[in-house]
Amino acid sequence: MTVNSMMNTAQMDAIAARHPHLVKGSANKRIRSILVFAGIGLYMIYSWWFFSIGQVLTNANWGIAGTYLADWVSYEVRPDIKIAADGTMQVVYPRYSPLGPDAKPEWVKIETKMVERTIDVPAAAQQAAPKKSSSFSFMAPNAAVGGSADARARTETRTEEVVSRATVNFNSTTSIDVIDGKVAATHGGETLLIDLEHSTGVTPEGALPEWATQKRPGEKITLAFGMTGWADVDKEKISIHNRFPGWANFIFDTNSPFFNKSLSEVVSLITSGDRIDPSRSNLSLAWNNILYNSEWQHLDVWTKLLQTIVMAFVGTLFASIIAFPLCFLAARNITRNGLLNQIVKRFFDFLRSVDMLIWALFFTRAFGPGPLAGMSAIFFTDTGTLGKLYAEALENIDDKQREGVKSVGATPLTVQRFGVLPQVLPVFASQALYFWESNTRSATIIGAVGAGGIGLKLWEAMRTNSDWENVCYMVILILIVVFIFDSASNFLRSRLIGQKTH
Amino acid sequence: MATSALSTTLSDNGAVVERHWQELNLRRRTYTFLGLALLAVALSGSLWFANATNAGKFFDRLPYFFDFVSDLVPRDGAEIGRAMFDLPSPYDDGSLKYNYPEGRMYLTDSIYVPEYFYKMLETLNIAIFSTIFGMFFGFILCFFAARNLMPNPWVRGLARRIMEILRAFPEVVIAGFFLAILSLGPIPAMIAVSIHTVGALGKLFFEVVENADMKPDEGLRAAGGNWFERVWFGIVPQVLPNFMSYFLLRLEINVRASTIIGAVGGGGIGEPLRLSISQGHEAKTLAIIILLFATIIAVDQFSAWLRRRLVGDQAFQLAQ
Repeated sequence: MTVNSMMNTAQMDAIAARHPHLVKGSANKRIRSILVFAGIGLYMIYSWWFFSIGQVLTNANWGIAGTYLADWVSYEVRPDIKIAADGTMQVVYPRYSPLGPDAKPEWVKIETKMVERTIDVPAAAQQAAPKKSSSFSFMAPNAAVGGSADARARTETRTEEVVSRATVNFNSTTSIDVIDGKVAATHGGETLLIDLEHSTGVTPEGALPEWATQKRPGEKITLAFGMTGWADVDKEKISIHNRFPGWANFIFDTNSPFFNKSLSEVVSLITSGDRIDPSRSNLSLAWNNILYNSEWQHLDVWTKLLQTIVMAFVGTLFASIIAFPLCFLAARNITRNGLLNQIVKRFFDFLRSVDMLIWALFFTRAFGPGPLAGMSAIFFTDTGTLGKLYAEALENIDDKQREGVKSVGATPLTVQRFGVLPQVLPVFASQALYFWESNTRSATIIGAVGAGGIGLKLWEAMRTNSDWENVCYMVILILIVVFIFDSASNFLRSRLIGQKTH
Repeated sequence: MATSALSTTLSDNGAVVERHWQELNLRRRTYTFLGLALLAVALSGSLWFANATNAGKFFDRLPYFFDFVSDLVPRDGAEIGRAMFDLPSPYDDGSLKYNYPEGRMYLTDSIYVPEYFYKMLETLNIAIFSTIFGMFFGFILCFFAARNLMPNPWVRGLARRIMEILRAFPEVVIAGFFLAILSLGPIPAMIAVSIHTVGALGKLFFEVVENADMKPDEGLRAAGGNWFERVWFGIVPQVLPNFMSYFLLRLEINVRASTIIGAVGGGGIGEPLRLSISQGHEAKTLAIIILLFATIIAVDQFSAWLRRRLVGDQAFQLAQ
């Protein structure tokens, strides 16, 4: 005998009619959820207005955002081609160019010729007029002395080697060629010819392609080549910004004797070369050059990173050591004294609610900027947080074990040791590990207000708006540390409490 | 009689058990001891390092430890109230220290919001806005990261990696980056806190979703529901109370986070707090601290109350 459990539509409708509350949610509930969503929507609109988000977002300089982002993973070399009134040129690199003091990159081709020219030599600038490389003046300091004795401005005729033609190759399809006051810029198969005249300014021949912009006739033309770089063409100066992927001079800076040498050259110098600095071996010189790389400041960054790690470690460890005895006083099932429970709990709340920021600012005043301040701030805040969590864990323990130990006549301390501790210790340790890991992250932020660690260094690098590659370097280091600690704490916690929690 | 037998002689098997137990015990003790020794070495090394790289040395600075208490004693108690409510001070000497009325937010010609209340409101709004924002995107992301709803390991892995990176990326960098693009103000802080919240909430959410009861989902699947319907009618009603609870927890954390981000230039109460502490304006500092303390306690209590109503006592943990 089989009972047909399937219902037809009419039966289902009948059931629905008999029990309408099962099929349709209560009107009250539906209205409430609609109200909640409407409230959230209204709040978002209000916030949009309160912070004038739309206005800020439209006024933002989004063009520069792309440049900043590109700076994270690439660098620019910025030679300037200076054009004198007679059409002769000079290629100048900025003082701290990533190519070092005597840059002769392959992508800038120069044709030179000798000319005789008459120039006004102003009294003060006489030394500076013939541009000398720093190494030259260093080797022959007497060369400049003779000229400086003469203090009057005068006119002089001299023979000079000048640049007659400069070609900058950005990549295979993009180049700029400058000759006789004419610029030929090629990008993506199109060529733009530009005339540079001292009287009339910058004039393009023909229509400007998409990648070139000029605000007013005669003014400078900006050529944007996308990720390969850009250039400003003005009548007296062409500023080249050639962008290369990667981080410039990450290992050796331009002052290092190992600068611009290939890996095999460096290795052979270190292993078998003559001593560059007679007082020490090449290996120690190389290591020293790496640590004190002026652009990347490896040693400083690593020290600051270690400070951040130490801050989180010591802060959390001390917090759990202090919170451990206190939580027994706060748990109402361990210490049967309501007043004491409340006092200790409110003390925890106080430590927790005075923000980590406030503690950090205070301890920075007390200890001066550095990891001690950050450590103390983490210690104070987390004593409160861990104490609260520990007390809650204690209040949730199983009382049977305690009763068992008590029933054999153990002293109160022994009861805690054998009846309570085995139950809560894994939980305590796991909470402490979790906060250790999470504090490694928050230590970065409070560092930025002066409490030591990599936070301040990050913040300073960002404020300059030009050291984004250093920011990227530090972020990568922080991410590595956070991931290592995350997995370490996960591993230890799963060992402690037998299962994966977070 | 049993005790006397144990204390005198053990059988051969008993002796083996006894010996193994002793060995086990010894090994455990050795490991505990080694672990503690390692911890002690790490701790003393860390302390030495922290002290060596700090600007002021610990023992040199210890006598000045309670200086900050004296930094906090205002000229007279009523000054705190005046600083908090922007009332003119009798000590006004034209310096920044006593010019409380500056920075009032006038709503009409005579009604104003005191500066610090306004700033506190700004911080609170940063926190609420970014928590809602984070909840919205965390909600969307979490269903793609949960093993029981997303069988495709690539999509799941991608969603999880996105959340991990959003979570681990230092907030201060995001704030600093947007500070460079946008003008000064609270929006960089909002973006930074929001991005972090998406990652943090997304992770907590997908863990809740993975623990959800799959029977409603099975029922919907049997009735021919598509993926969206299964999620919306089968999973969401179960997990929503827990989601709300995590949302409230995150709100507590975000109030603190937005204060800190504010102190490094992101608007809100953090900035005046940092300035007044560094310039030694006792009354202003105290006023801000009291305001902040009251707000944090109020938010914590409200969220604890609401969470208890939503999920009862069991989901009463604090996460960061």
